[in-house]
Amino acid sequence: MSLFRMPSLGSDMESATLIEWLAAPGDQIRRGDLIAVVETDKGAIEIEVFEDGVLERYLVALDSEVAVGEPLAEIRTGSATLDKIPQPVGATESSSKEKDVGAAPVISEPAASPVPPLSQDAQRVSPAARQLAAELGLDTRTLQGSGPAGAVVYADVQAAAGQPASMQEAAIEDPAAKMRRAIAAAMARAKREIPHYYLSTTVDVEAAIQWLAQANEQKPPAERILAPALFIKATALALSKYGEFNGAFADDTYTASPRINVGVAIAIRGGGLVAPAIHDTDQLSLDQVMAGLRDLTQRVRAGRYRASEFRDPTVTITSLGDRGVESVFGIIHPPQVACIGFGKVVERPWSMPDRSIASRHTVSISLSADHRVSDGRRGALLLNTIAELLNNPQQL
Amino acid sequence: MSELTYREAVREAMCEAMRADERVFLMGEDVGRYGGCYGVSMGMLEEFGDERVRDTPLAESGFTGAGIGAAMGGMRPIVELMTVNFSLLALDQIMNTAATVRHMSGGQFGVPIVIRMATGAGKQLAAQHSHSLEGWYAHIPGLKVVAPATIEDARGMLQAALDDPDPVLIFENVMLYNSKGEVGDPSSIRLEGAAVRRPGADLSLFTYGGSLPKALAAAEQLSAEGVEVEVVDLRCLRPLDDTTIVASVSKTRRALIVDEGWRSGSLSAEISARIMEQAFWSLDAPVERLCSAEVPIPYAKHMEAASIPQVESIVATARAMCISA
Amino acid sequence: MTNPNALRIGRDLSLNLLAQMVRIRRFEDKCAELYTQEKIRGFLHLYDGEEAVAVGIIPNLEAQDAVVATYREHGHALVRGVPMTSILAEMLGKQTGCSRGRGGSMHLFDNATRFYGGNAIVGGGLPMAVGLALAAKMAGREEVVVCFFGEGAVAEGEFHESLNLAQLWQLPVLFVCENNGYAMGTALARSESEIDLVKKAESYEVHAQSVDGMDVIAVTLAARDAVAQVRAGQGPVFLECKTYRFRAHSMFDAQKYRDKAEVEEWRQRGPIVRFQNWLLESHVIHQSDIDEIEARVAAEIDTAQAAAEAAPFESVEQLYEHVYGVGSDV
Repeated sequence: MSLFRMPSLGSDMESATLIEWLAAPGDQIRRGDLIAVVETDKGAIEIEVFEDGVLERYLVALDSEVAVGEPLAEIRTGSATLDKIPQPVGATESSSKEKDVGAAPVISEPAASPVPPLSQDAQRVSPAARQLAAELGLDTRTLQGSGPAGAVVYADVQAAAGQPASMQEAAIEDPAAKMRRAIAAAMARAKREIPHYYLSTTVDVEAAIQWLAQANEQKPPAERILAPALFIKATALALSKYGEFNGAFADDTYTASPRINVGVAIAIRGGGLVAPAIHDTDQLSLDQVMAGLRDLTQRVRAGRYRASEFRDPTVTITSLGDRGVESVFGIIHPPQVACIGFGKVVERPWSMPDRSIASRHTVSISLSADHRVSDGRRGALLLNTIAELLNNPQQL
Repeated sequence: MSELTYREAVREAMCEAMRADERVFLMGEDVGRYGGCYGVSMGMLEEFGDERVRDTPLAESGFTGAGIGAAMGGMRPIVELMTVNFSLLALDQIMNTAATVRHMSGGQFGVPIVIRMATGAGKQLAAQHSHSLEGWYAHIPGLKVVAPATIEDARGMLQAALDDPDPVLIFENVMLYNSKGEVGDPSSIRLEGAAVRRPGADLSLFTYGGSLPKALAAAEQLSAEGVEVEVVDLRCLRPLDDTTIVASVSKTRRALIVDEGWRSGSLSAEISARIMEQAFWSLDAPVERLCSAEVPIPYAKHMEAASIPQVESIVATARAMCISA
Repeated sequence: MTNPNALRIGRDLSLNLLAQMVRIRRFEDKCAELYTQEKIRGFLHLYDGEEAVAVGIIPNLEAQDAVVATYREHGHALVRGVPMTSILAEMLGKQTGCSRGRGGSMHLFDNATRFYGGNAIVGGGLPMAVGLALAAKMAGREEVVVCFFGEGAVAEGEFHESLNLAQLWQLPVLFVCENNGYAMGTALARSESEIDLVKKAESYEVHAQSVDGMDVIAVTLAARDAVAQVRAGQGPVFLECKTYRFRAHSMFDAQKYRDKAEVEEWRQRGPIVRFQNWLLESHVIHQSDIDEIEARVAAEIDTAQAAAEAAPFESVEQLYEHVYGVGSDV
């Protein structure tokens, strides 16, 4: 028994409607006989059968639409058992296989002449990245590229600036507004996700201030140490004892950092804040800390800093300085887990050990910390340690 | 070293080829008794006879197809289509026979034919006689398309074309026929590859054919203004020389393409796309194109002049690209 | 049946002619079958009814002669000697096809038999034939170029340009116009103001003749004379063969442009049935000869089909080959 199937009459023929039989069940049919009429897009076409036999039975009703290749009738051929549809030998090319071959893998063009290699210094930076970097005051040479062939692309600049890579881009926005928006997003996220707790203490730093004045007498102006350097060094040393304030919280896990890279909050001209790191602050001398602070401040103001400096502070210190107020409680920069704040150094009346009142230089030190990682008892210990260190400035 | 006009260079090339190889012959309208519409084949009928310098009836499709058949039959014909404007009547033979036979026959038959055509505007011949369709032909796989712009290339590219196993279309810009120059060593001339005609560091200017002299003149002017333009003569339009193009843009970071075809869908668009694909990271500015205005070329002199790239417009465009306001 | 001239149509020649026509007919039939099974794709133009033209003309050629044909060229290729397997493989798109599977049904080419295609542009082959003849003449080679085309081509400018050039330059081209009455779906009278094709050729001073294309003997005789004349360097010859196409223009054709009765009438006058009957009635051949031919042809077709179906496809990696020749940088 064999099947007579709807023939393909053209490559754009997918199906046809059977409108007339030209042979009936029981009729003897021979190769080349017209067996039916089908209606196609081009009109009614008579279709022929390609084998000898007897038409056994119809398999579809008149007026049915039948796809190419689907059976229309059964034909009893001379051979009793075998389906007479010719089986291809060897390499099979049924139409599905043919389609496979037809849907060939895309052949890439013969290799175009290789792009001449860029010189060693030459970096690939997309025009969009260049533009954003210029707006943000970033040096593209300091950026890692994630684009094609290692090119620095827009998202890399965004990431470097601490911005989430988002689809929306401000079309015409002044850079300051852009920066504020980025900061806003980051801070909002921090506040949302991190359970902050706050501690503060006011510390007598008269000894530190006096010591600084003396130490600076012999230094040229460019090398004079400022109070923030003292604060930074003291904090760094204190953190070496209290690891739960120096590290990263990610994926529900806190990892204390073996290094202490203090991120220093520095204001950018035109509005905005960045907090690049001084690496291994605890290992540096006070002079070195001051030099690092000076360097970072200058570079930030000039818009030249490395992306890596943003990615690896392990803790942040924010210090308002002379123009600030008495205390400041910062928002933690994720993935960090603490932010230590130093207010303005002010002279105030102070109760001395002998209970007399004297005018002393004091500073308010605050701690914002992640309650998932630490608690107030430990925070208090940290702050007290900082205070003690500040009272022994020559050890810093 | 001798100095020849462009037309003399082409003539000398054809004569040399025909003297050396009996299979080479010239066929086209008025190439014999008239001496060629542009005088290129003057005197050749007298030297080679009317079998090898064949005047044809005005039957572009017929005689181009005949040239194709003759090439398939073992000859090395040079078919002269009077201008690219009339070549359209032979487009079916060029595209559907010459360009396809090798592929359609699975590599059995090739068509080693050379077809020469005059091209370009500038003689106030109006819309039907002023086309620059090199870009169209450069679109077709199976063909090779060249545009000799120097005397050297006019002299040397013909033999390279005859030696090539595939159909080669040679476009001769009508404004170049009178130009003069040194012939150099024709045997050193390759069919393919672009040539840096004038090195420069500030801007890569890619062009071909009749626009080359304008580009060089513009580069001269710009040099006085402190802008050094690197002028690259594309020479061969299919295949294009990506290596030279990319090397130049990588150096100068700015690219201007001067193409006498109409801007939309032109060869300059193809080159611009290739520069974007292969030299994107080197660019300091968008690739610019200076092409013919998208109008049928008009008759009046000033209108025609305004329709095609000129030295002034090349200078202005290049200057704007290099000198910030 | 026309009166044969002095040439004696013997048994061998008769069997040969009949066998070749039957071979074409059965082959085309197999192609139709494979097409309905989607093994042959694209366009398929079958030669049923016109066999006497190819069979009457091509055997009169020599090996050094050239043949240019149209998209309805399976029969011509077969008679010229292009192996059946490579023709069938070509239509299946296989690497062993005569055009490596690059051409398909409409673009059969074969270097060994100087078979120059296979052309999908109506009239497109005429200038090529003129050129091949030009090359032969210029090189001093005694070749005949036969160019087959349908009557639809006489409307194309290339027909006129080619006849003119061939006559002007006295080129050795035999222009064979297979007038089957319909250019796809358009009858000749609807597209030509002058339907006398011989007259058209004669207007170019080309020696022209018309012959009954359904009569393989008539075609053979006319072809022998025409080929001889062309080979003798007496310029081109135009031979109109009046014939008929039994099947549709191509597979996907509802044939709304002609009556079934007309087709039936022509089938009665078909080249195979007429010749076969005449030979039987004249006792030149017997039914057993016919059976033997059919069996032989059927076996050849089966073998060719099996080989073609078993053959490999070209690798896609080779896509860019055969665009430009060797020795080219591209």
